[in-house]
Amino acid sequence: MGAAAVRFLKAPAAAWKDQSRTVRRVVWAAAILVALLALAGADKLRWAGAGVLIVIAMVLLLWRIVWDGFWPAVDRAGLTEVHTRWSRQSPMAQRAITPVVIAVLVLAIAWAAGVHPDPALLVLLALTYGIYLLPRGVRRFALPLGVLSAAAVYPILIQQTDYQRFLFKLPIFDVFPSMDTMIAMVIFSIMAVGLNMVVGYAGLLDLGFVAFFALGAYVAGWLASPLFAQVDARVGATGVGQGLTGIHFSIWLVLILAGVVTAFSGVIIGFPTLRLRGDYLAIVTLGFGEILPVIARNGDQNGLGFNLTNGPPGINPIDPPGFGNWADQHLGLPANFVLEQGQYVNFRSLIYWSAIGLLLITLFCSIRLRDSRLGRAWIAIREDEIAAAAMGVPLMRTKTYAYASGAFFGGIGGAWFATYIASVFPDQFFFNISVFILSMVILGGMGNVWGVVAGAMLLTYLDREGLSNISGWLNSHALHCDASQTNPSSVISGGCVNAPLVSFGIYGLIIVLVMLFRPYGLFPEQRRKAEFETGVHDTPLQDVTV
Amino acid sequence: MVTEAHSEPARAPRDLSNLILSGTGLTLVLLVIVWLGINLEQDPARFFRILLIGVSQGALYALIALGYTLVYGILELINFAHGDVFMLGGMITASIVLQVFSLTENPAFGILIAAFLVSLALSVLGCSLLNATVERIAYKPLRTAPRLAPLITAIGVSFILQNIAILWKGTRPVALPESEFAQGSGHHLFTIGTCPSCVVYTSDRLFVVLVTVPVLLALLWLVRFTRQGKAMRATAQDKDAAAMMGIDVDRTISFTFLVAGGLAGVGGTIFAFYASTIGYSTGFTLGLFAFTAAVLGGIGNLPGAVLGALLIGMIQAFNEGLPWHTPGPAWTQAIVFGILILILVFRPQGLLGEQTPEGS
Repeated sequence: MGAAAVRFLKAPAAAWKDQSRTVRRVVWAAAILVALLALAGADKLRWAGAGVLIVIAMVLLLWRIVWDGFWPAVDRAGLTEVHTRWSRQSPMAQRAITPVVIAVLVLAIAWAAGVHPDPALLVLLALTYGIYLLPRGVRRFALPLGVLSAAAVYPILIQQTDYQRFLFKLPIFDVFPSMDTMIAMVIFSIMAVGLNMVVGYAGLLDLGFVAFFALGAYVAGWLASPLFAQVDARVGATGVGQGLTGIHFSIWLVLILAGVVTAFSGVIIGFPTLRLRGDYLAIVTLGFGEILPVIARNGDQNGLGFNLTNGPPGINPIDPPGFGNWADQHLGLPANFVLEQGQYVNFRSLIYWSAIGLLLITLFCSIRLRDSRLGRAWIAIREDEIAAAAMGVPLMRTKTYAYASGAFFGGIGGAWFATYIASVFPDQFFFNISVFILSMVILGGMGNVWGVVAGAMLLTYLDREGLSNISGWLNSHALHCDASQTNPSSVISGGCVNAPLVSFGIYGLIIVLVMLFRPYGLFPEQRRKAEFETGVHDTPLQDVTV
Repeated sequence: MVTEAHSEPARAPRDLSNLILSGTGLTLVLLVIVWLGINLEQDPARFFRILLIGVSQGALYALIALGYTLVYGILELINFAHGDVFMLGGMITASIVLQVFSLTENPAFGILIAAFLVSLALSVLGCSLLNATVERIAYKPLRTAPRLAPLITAIGVSFILQNIAILWKGTRPVALPESEFAQGSGHHLFTIGTCPSCVVYTSDRLFVVLVTVPVLLALLWLVRFTRQGKAMRATAQDKDAAAMMGIDVDRTISFTFLVAGGLAGVGGTIFAFYASTIGYSTGFTLGLFAFTAAVLGGIGNLPGAVLGALLIGMIQAFNEGLPWHTPGPAWTQAIVFGILILILVFRPQGLLGEQTPEGS
């Protein structure tokens, strides 16, 4: 290739680089919007519904420009007096006024575009604003308490037959998530917080977290089901029929044992592998994550002479959970989550509330661990392994603890999930799930438990209901297609989109975009953010060839 | 440096654990050899038949494994998306075979060759451009980021590529027409021994080897004897020093991704013809097998990747075909990943030694 040709090819790139940041951003935003419109079929996109989306996308894409450029623009317009008056206001007033202005603006645009926000949505906005306005000290407690109480009363609201009276429909996301989705959201949060200890705190990339999920679920299957019919052992089991053999432990015991077994397996996996450098460790964990489902799938013909996992159909049924008669009589806790004769007494609510309890315990442990001597050692290893080792942090032991603690909560999440669906089978456990949980941690912000919980809730919701609701909304409001003419195995057919089919592509896109543009996640931990912005000494330990 | 800093009193247990580790490793290898020997003794003809299957399979894995090893050697990045680039190459091939040539069952040899060559060219072109584009968009901005960042991005890209295949072809696997190149339906070329205890060589196996070997030789020539190859090796050894010697590091890296993508394209086309079915998730598993092969041979080491790929191909074939005490196809995945783990634990530098900036 001649030099002249190279210069000719490079000229546009150079010209592009000469433009100011703002210009480049605007052009990028416009290009993305054009692409979005082209993809959605511009002729089918009606202004009525799409207008809001376009405005919101525009604002999001150009947020930094809007933010950085607002007051300079005001100054340039000759309204310097407005600016000085604004900066004379107290910080509290500035804080209070900005969101109102933005909200009013967005609502006005939505109104003009023909989308009338539900009054209930306005109430929700006002409530959020109220919490936002509270003084910092109060807000610290008000926000989690508010969220927690809303989460606690949620099953009561959603399980009314006419729940629309209590809960409104959201614009694009349609109805509120069902109990099944909520339970999955909470359980995946538990696992994501567990993974966060490994990836977020200690900085070890674990691509096989599904192994711990699977192991926890199988421990529940082994210890609370009729699988091992040759033995008859009962320890505080509830809701198990008379004369049914097999191992039946109380679910609470099962949860602890599941945690312990998975933590122990984490130690076993970690012991030979944790001395590998970061990317090799990731691959090894991936290998374990792939091997375990294979063992589960073939565990009925393992040559040991007994049926370990019951093969592809899996273990079914797993005993329903409950607190037992003593707790029922003395503490008023339900003896059994399922009544006799298989009749459901708000089974899902009980499972959900217990899951929230488990999540709270997990969060408590996670935060206390983070602030403990061990947690500080994890963060030290994450930031600079060599410096940490020089300061006397025992690398192997600390990493193994991180691995084991993460595995512990993965196991508990898995056991509770198995109990909830009352079965465990190998096809639930794929590499996809590992990446799914990993993307929760990445999206939420590695290291920040609240961000991780938010990421887990959001992604699980999208996975279970959100994506299909969104594509349903697109189909009926923007594309106006005939849903009966679609082919369920292709993403775009008959003018309709079927977004859930490419859900993992969307998670992949989320991972890539977050890593490229906001590597510390949506809700970054300050320390992690600083690591990414100022950089840390990141040469991994060369321990492989020893 | 660090080991010296804190493990001085722990030297003796370290040696002991090393001894245990290498002892276990040796025992495992010996057991495998004994198992192979007994199988060979029981049914020699079958053993060699399966060996031939393994060689074809291994040649295919070699094409993919080289892509991993090239990229790892230069960037120290496990390019997770590589297997999916390979899969998209297969998809391109499937489209051309079905839509442009509209081949049906058992096509005429001339048309088959033409379809193969055209799809090979387009698949190589498409895959190399795709791979280089992915590098530009997703990996290049992260070159100074913490080391795990590009790895995580690569996983994301892998999922995106799989879902592009779903967008394009749907979730069901695409089937290609049976042809002389398809596994199990090739012509008998020659036979050794008297049947039924004979070893036959069929055209499908020859075809795989016939395409793969020249490609591998061309790659070796490119890396060893050309100016561009010298630039690649220099960049792999030390990026800063290479830049000081006037090598355009970014361009060299892009070129490496182009070459790796091209190899994946060749692999995709061969796979599409040989296996005659390809689905969106094919690339992930095969990619991991090939990655295992690259690690087995010593990552960054080109002959190592070929050796590792042949070994993995044979192990897979032996496991799925040998008669005496064989776990069977259901366990193939577990065995290959088990090998990956064992290699990384016992001999992380691989059989022939790794050749990376840090490893050498």
